[in-house]
Amino acid sequence: MSSNTAPIDTKKDEGRKPIFGRGKGNLRQFGILFSLIAIILLFQFLTDGLTLSSGNLINLVSQYSYILILAIGMVMVIIAGHIDLSVGSVAAFSGIVVAISMSDWNFPWPLAILFGLFVGALIGAWQGFWVAYIGVPAFIVTLAGMLIFRGGNQLIGNADTVPVPDGFTLIGAGYLPEVGPITGFNNLTLVLGFLIAIAIAVREWRARKVQKTMHSEISPLWGSVLKVGLLVAVVIYATFLFAGGRVGTSFPVSGIILGVLVLFYSFVTRNTIVGRHVYAVGGNKLAAELSGVNSRRVNFLVMMNMSILSSLAGMIFVARAGASGPQDGLSWELDAIAAVFIGGAAVSGGIGTVIGSIVGGLVMAVLNNGLQLLGVGSDLVQIIKGLVLLVAVGVDVWNKSQGRPSIIGLLTRNRKLSDPPQPPPAVLPDAGTPASARPADNASN
Amino acid sequence: MAVEHVILEMRSITKEFPGVKALSNVSLTVMAGEIHAICGENGAGKSTLMKVLSGVYPYGSYSGDIIFQGTEMRFKDIRSSEAAGIAIIHQELALIPELSITENIFLGNEPTKWGAIDWVGAKRTAYELLARVGLRDDPDTLIKNIGVGKQQLVEIAKALNKSVKVLILDEPTAALNEADSQHLLDLIRGLKGKGISSIMISHKLNEIEQIADSITIIRDGRAIETLDIAADGVNEDRIIRGMVGRSLESRFPDRTPKIGEVFFEVRDWTVQHPQVSERMVVKGSNLTVRTGEIVGIAGLMGAGRTELAMSIFGRSYGNFISGHIFKDGKEIELRNVGEAIEHGLAYVSEDRKALGLNLLDDIKRSIVSAKLSKISAGPVVNDAKEYSIAEEYRKNLRIKTPNVDMGVSKLSGGNQQKVVLAKWMFTDPDILILDEPTRGIDVGAKYEIYGIIQALAAQGKGVILISSELPELLGLADRIYTIFEGTITDCIDGADADPESLMKSMTSAKKKVRSI
Repeated sequence: MSSNTAPIDTKKDEGRKPIFGRGKGNLRQFGILFSLIAIILLFQFLTDGLTLSSGNLINLVSQYSYILILAIGMVMVIIAGHIDLSVGSVAAFSGIVVAISMSDWNFPWPLAILFGLFVGALIGAWQGFWVAYIGVPAFIVTLAGMLIFRGGNQLIGNADTVPVPDGFTLIGAGYLPEVGPITGFNNLTLVLGFLIAIAIAVREWRARKVQKTMHSEISPLWGSVLKVGLLVAVVIYATFLFAGGRVGTSFPVSGIILGVLVLFYSFVTRNTIVGRHVYAVGGNKLAAELSGVNSRRVNFLVMMNMSILSSLAGMIFVARAGASGPQDGLSWELDAIAAVFIGGAAVSGGIGTVIGSIVGGLVMAVLNNGLQLLGVGSDLVQIIKGLVLLVAVGVDVWNKSQGRPSIIGLLTRNRKLSDPPQPPPAVLPDAGTPASARPADNASN
Repeated sequence: MAVEHVILEMRSITKEFPGVKALSNVSLTVMAGEIHAICGENGAGKSTLMKVLSGVYPYGSYSGDIIFQGTEMRFKDIRSSEAAGIAIIHQELALIPELSITENIFLGNEPTKWGAIDWVGAKRTAYELLARVGLRDDPDTLIKNIGVGKQQLVEIAKALNKSVKVLILDEPTAALNEADSQHLLDLIRGLKGKGISSIMISHKLNEIEQIADSITIIRDGRAIETLDIAADGVNEDRIIRGMVGRSLESRFPDRTPKIGEVFFEVRDWTVQHPQVSERMVVKGSNLTVRTGEIVGIAGLMGAGRTELAMSIFGRSYGNFISGHIFKDGKEIELRNVGEAIEHGLAYVSEDRKALGLNLLDDIKRSIVSAKLSKISAGPVVNDAKEYSIAEEYRKNLRIKTPNVDMGVSKLSGGNQQKVVLAKWMFTDPDILILDEPTRGIDVGAKYEIYGIIQALAAQGKGVILISSELPELLGLADRIYTIFEGTITDCIDGADADPESLMKSMTSAKKKVRSI
């Protein structure tokens, strides 16, 4: 490349891994993940080891999985430039409909789950229609939805609780079953943990291979080894914690659902045409439309997807609680939105990642959980959560305005202007450019 | 000019960004009551210099001295430079569309009486200011209801209200048509008569030649030379030579057109304004394109050039009323942009930032964004292919970037435009509609883009080139259509065309389209 372009650190310019970044100060790039680890360690210390105990970890996952599922849908809504305030009410509405379908109409529970997802899709189609085809701002549509479906929940359930059968509770309160020899640990959880560890190593190895084929400069081997080593250590440690809990408990089923969804939606947002279109519409709707993107369909799909995930979250919650009630899902939308913004999404759309939002959600979850373990009252918990949201996003915004790379945004750097700080274009043409400019005739193919 | 005295002197200004020296030892001397042009390619440091002068980069963030009216100035922000009498008018206007002309002029500087805004006095002053800049609109008119040309005048009125002594204009005519540009240039000349100096950044060298008293040429962050227009016998070629460091033998690359048969035709094209149903923005227009041909469209701003292009491109503008499109002898229907792309059309918008690119995206994703299906297996995008394709375009089109993972917002205008061109070349178009492809782009990059356009034509593609710059059309197009009030009024062979005949057809309704 021309020698007189602005010097930009192109070392470790690998294409995809969003968690461990490139560039100088590697520590800086752990970003929000680093904060998460710090918070975990802080509470581990403050609670005398209670935070990272088997029982608490298992509890943490089953207690927050539904918020994290909402965060997955919410980040896509926010990337597309919208917001969804109705998720808590939609969750509650689907919950009560599913509960009644089993108790009054005797649906078997697997059918009831499908039915619940179908209800979510219908609600999503309704909201998506207003947002995408009528053009009512999503804020208004979902504010209305928040009222409509909260009221709907209370209307259908007579503002009362409706219990659900035992089979159904599996998705919210179930664990990986005990199989195989007695090892003192839950064997399935161990297997799962080891498979994840192997997958991490394989993925990194393949990413390096891709880098080589792309002729881009490859991150140093020790970096990869360190990265994989750390991740694998964390996974194995967590595996033993999850597998070594009280007899009858292990890794929660809801956590597995969450994990599958995270993998699926990370892939969708990053590697599929639909995912690209969501970013395109959120980043510049007009340019996207002039590139042949059907922005209405994209908006419709993200709204619909959000409601389906809300229904799923609602059902998991109902399954965990054993009954559907009129107060289910209250203020979930705020938790989900907070998770997404802590995870580095931009209010104006176009920026954000699934992984970032999950980490953001975990920060809130660990904070909530740790404060509860310490016996802090819910009044203080709310104040602290509010301050954390404000400070996290505030630091990010401030960093950006100072021209420094955004700490949180580094997680999302697949999507954003992620290179080291660069002054206004000082890119000067080669001295010999104009006279010798003869673009190759085979430039397009 | 009366007694010559220096009003402003910038002495050995050096401004560094981490790792880059944007300005190195640049000195600039402006006389009282002169029009001083600053020329240089994009990225040469012109804007940086002006930002130093106007306090955007505060004192201390650069080295060197600014002497204004004999005293050394240490501006800490824009307000302090304005208070001293230096006002900058940016390329992107800083007016608020929903407020009136008066409100905008006095924004942040509202005259008060007893603690309340004195709107009567403000309006009276606004009348006077508008008269000075030759604007006859009611000061109560909302900014959004007046054109860009008039908005530019309001900006100047706003600066005059602050008793400005040095006016900095960054590409003041970039978005204006010929008539508005001329008016603005006359106004700047008029201000000069009243002792106000102007510093003007412009890529339009003919304007500089016409209006400037002296020119400072900046290249690679250094002031190369300062020329006195009258004394040094400066012409456009001389300026270009200074800007690029050597002379350009020709403004346009050589080309021998290989023109085939007509393969694309638009017949009787009529389009309604999207909001005002009685207004037809395009009326019964016809045009044809042959393979390997560059077809120019000349028209004044607002004549319906962009509207014609966008409505052909999958009805992306206005309400389609009637008309037919034929390609390769068959009638095709393009009901949306997707269908237009499928049928091999590409449209490079005049507004790169608003319509051409997602500025949050990086280069490689931008390049493949208009035809993701081409590098996808089912719904899954192939990253490796994306990367190698982007690399290929980076090399072939000479996009200046360290790598294709770079955000497009970090590129200079010329390189952004190359990314947009790459994006549309990637869709394998047969017919490319280029709407002002060189707007706001420096001379060197322009030449390269002309080369790309010619290369595309040489591949047998049809190119429709819309441009406000007549020399560009005359230099590139094989045939030029003129459009006036939404109707194609004439079609002139590139070889026979001259600015006068084009201008005549661009401003008259007489319809006399010859067929070829």
